Amino acid sequence: MTKPFELRTTALSRRSFLLTVGGAGIAVAFGGLPSPALGAETAAAAAGGFKPNVWVTVGADGIVTIICPASEMGQGVMTSLPLLIAEDMDADWDKVRIVQAPSDAEKYGNPGFYGIQLTGGSETMRGYYQPLRLVGAQTRKIMLAIAASRLNVPAGELTTEPNRVVHTRSGRSLGYGEIAATGELPDPLPEATEADLKPIDRCRYIGRMDIGRIDVPAKVDGSARFGIDVELPDMLYGTVLRAPVPGEQPEAIDDAAARAVKGVTRIVPLSHGVGIIGESYDAARRARDLLEVTWSNSSRVRRYDSRRLAEAYRDAGRDLAQPGVAAHSEGDAVAAIAGAAHVIAADYVTDHVHHATMEPMNATALVAGDTVEVWAPTQGPTATQGFAAEAAGTTPDKVKVHTTLLGGGFGRRAEADFIIDAVSLAREVEGRPVKVIWSREDDVRHGKYRPLAAQHVEVGLNAAGNIVGWRHRVAADSIFARTMPEMFAGDGGLDTVVTDGTIFNYRVPTHLVEFIRQDNGRDVGFWRAVGYGQNNFGVECVIDEVAAAKGVDPVAFRLELLGDQPRAQKVVGAVAAMAEWERPRDGRALGLAYTDAFGAHCAQVAEVSLDRESGEIRVHNVWCVVDPGVAVQPLNIEAQVAGAIVHGASHALYEQINIVDGEVQESNFDTYRVMRMSEMPQIHVRVTPTPENKPAGIGEVGLPPTGPAIANAVARLTGGVRLRHYPFLPERVKAALGA
Amino acid sequence: MTAFTINGRKVDVAAEPDTPLLWVIREHLKLTGTKFGCGIALCGACTVHVDGAPVRSCQTLLQDVAGSQVTTIEGLSADASHPLQQAWIAEQVPQCGYCQSGQIMQAAALLASNPQPTREEIVEHMDGNICRCGTYGRIISAIERAAQEA
Repeated sequence: MTKPFELRTTALSRRSFLLTVGGAGIAVAFGGLPSPALGAETAAAAAGGFKPNVWVTVGADGIVTIICPASEMGQGVMTSLPLLIAEDMDADWDKVRIVQAPSDAEKYGNPGFYGIQLTGGSETMRGYYQPLRLVGAQTRKIMLAIAASRLNVPAGELTTEPNRVVHTRSGRSLGYGEIAATGELPDPLPEATEADLKPIDRCRYIGRMDIGRIDVPAKVDGSARFGIDVELPDMLYGTVLRAPVPGEQPEAIDDAAARAVKGVTRIVPLSHGVGIIGESYDAARRARDLLEVTWSNSSRVRRYDSRRLAEAYRDAGRDLAQPGVAAHSEGDAVAAIAGAAHVIAADYVTDHVHHATMEPMNATALVAGDTVEVWAPTQGPTATQGFAAEAAGTTPDKVKVHTTLLGGGFGRRAEADFIIDAVSLAREVEGRPVKVIWSREDDVRHGKYRPLAAQHVEVGLNAAGNIVGWRHRVAADSIFARTMPEMFAGDGGLDTVVTDGTIFNYRVPTHLVEFIRQDNGRDVGFWRAVGYGQNNFGVECVIDEVAAAKGVDPVAFRLELLGDQPRAQKVVGAVAAMAEWERPRDGRALGLAYTDAFGAHCAQVAEVSLDRESGEIRVHNVWCVVDPGVAVQPLNIEAQVAGAIVHGASHALYEQINIVDGEVQESNFDTYRVMRMSEMPQIHVRVTPTPENKPAGIGEVGLPPTGPAIANAVARLTGGVRLRHYPFLPERVKAALGA
Repeated sequence: MTAFTINGRKVDVAAEPDTPLLWVIREHLKLTGTKFGCGIALCGACTVHVDGAPVRSCQTLLQDVAGSQVTTIEGLSADASHPLQQAWIAEQVPQCGYCQSGQIMQAAALLASNPQPTREEIVEHMDGNICRCGTYGRIISAIERAAQEA
């Protein structure tokens, strides 16, 4: 989901992006109005205001309404994207109101992501940064042009202050509201180019520490509306009893008891389960518990045993005779390793992990004739249109998606299974909306987990101890084979999102990365940081293994391998200094890891101790330095990275989905353990912007290094005991210590 | 019918007496600030106060609150002026925000009984509330700020 997209952005030229003027659909009040500032009056005002383009509406009162094109799932884009427009149009941020975009990829799709509306891959800020700043600059030029004609002065003599065009020489000025009140769009519209963008050091909003997130006030008083909070007239409630093993179908349904529950409207057999529609969620939930279903017994997924497969994948990675698809090839790594004086080889395994967003999966749909409306906490409005159309038997253009706030996404809400549930049930009761809510048990058992993966890494050293070859084999199920089959086929069966993180900027003379696809029939999906989250574990631990074999300090070793990467060197050096790398700790040790994921540079040091009796690891501190390029909202970057460190530590220490005979063994937070407050390390994040560089994606980059930093710290604490299997469960730690 | 008081308002609810309070609050009373997270009192997203004590509304039945005073996030203050709500904004705690109503209600019960908690007391009191975005650090800072400023 990362590398190839930039190349394809030409499909949507800047011109078409900027000049799609006067279209309908602006300022549509969406299902979840996240704060009073975004209430009905905002939408109404915006509907009648002055529209320089499809992104901005200016009211006669000076209120500037800006569209947010991406899904807000906690990463802050509802603030940071409109802020880009506000910056270059010189809007008064206090007068800015934000409205969620309707499903309309032509107008609001991410030019960095195929031009579709899909929030993920840390592509949002990267894809929209330049285009939205240009929208802002163009809007400002429109304001200047109108003011010039109104004041009868050359536009070149005008400047702007927030929400105001100023003619300094005559002391006259016009507010944006005044311009909007009678403004007519100049013909032709002025064009904006990169030269019109403010230099970073003259930005009013980008980089400011004191601009809060627009969605925060509504998230402290209960008024924020998530998908699960959608309320519509005549709404019914639904839930689905899903087949315990994917691919099975209901063969016989005894619903006598379920039908007898008061408030139950309908029982609906589906291909993947049995739906229940009721007058309340409580009624649907009660009925569901009374259903007696005989399931088919033919799915190949019944043979899926995650523990056995972890061993099989490890064997596949190790078995060099098993061919893989090359993800990266530089020089002849195989020959270099064959001729090496020493070879260091290691296998790293990562179990399935689940998203466990705090808001369980849900969606609301209304089917009327051949039209469908969906209200959903979705990362992918464009894909939702497609899947909803299929479920309703109509076409995507007949589907309107209202994106609500998302109670967490992490990749899970790029899927459409919860959308299909809602549309499938709504189809049964045409004209009435149905809100489908999954239980937490549904959510955990029917996830789209990160693939189970094994990595085999071999590094060849010459007699002087220098690396001569690096070979990295990733054996895992494919995500793209299901979600982007054409791209997967076009890439010859390579899944770049599963191999992400294997291609690094350490300088090695030969480098081979291979993907050995496994296919055992179970859907796997995008999980925060996807391939980086697993592969950075292998890369960063092996770097430490090589350093240990050479008897050199792992920080010094990295700085050497990053000789031509000054940004990388800086974060590695800075985090080592921050953690006081050289200072010995009593009973504790430090480990370091680094990643260049999503255009950022991020290095972390973990400080750990270990209870050798119980096998329990305690992470006391994590220090982190992150270079995001331009820091649009530094305070939010710090929050994203700190949160990702919790997530990274949680998945490295605790998180695990076990599948036996195709059935997921975990079901709720008692069995799917996630990090709690008392288990959290002290986290110290330093954001070191480099404004001369483009902004990086920031929602995921904090996650990958935490696990390897912990593993590297444990190795340094124990004289070299390596933990090579996520999660580091106490029994695994004890086994490693005893080995 | 089950009668109780919610956010100072007397209500009489026709739902089955064994309906979880959570769904009564959300669906019958349309107060959606209280969230469904796990359904079995493991995550704290549904935390409300019953007669001043923090409870998990997913595991509290309607019949259990007959005659009681229930407070939800919407009733914590009339205008988001509770010191914790203000501190939550000052510290910019929420990310996705879904768990935060429960976090704030849980924290409010702590400060009501222990206005100057130590960090250890905060962590112990808050440990039943999960935040998947990992905002724990800022939650602690916000509680400390609210305690200081109260």
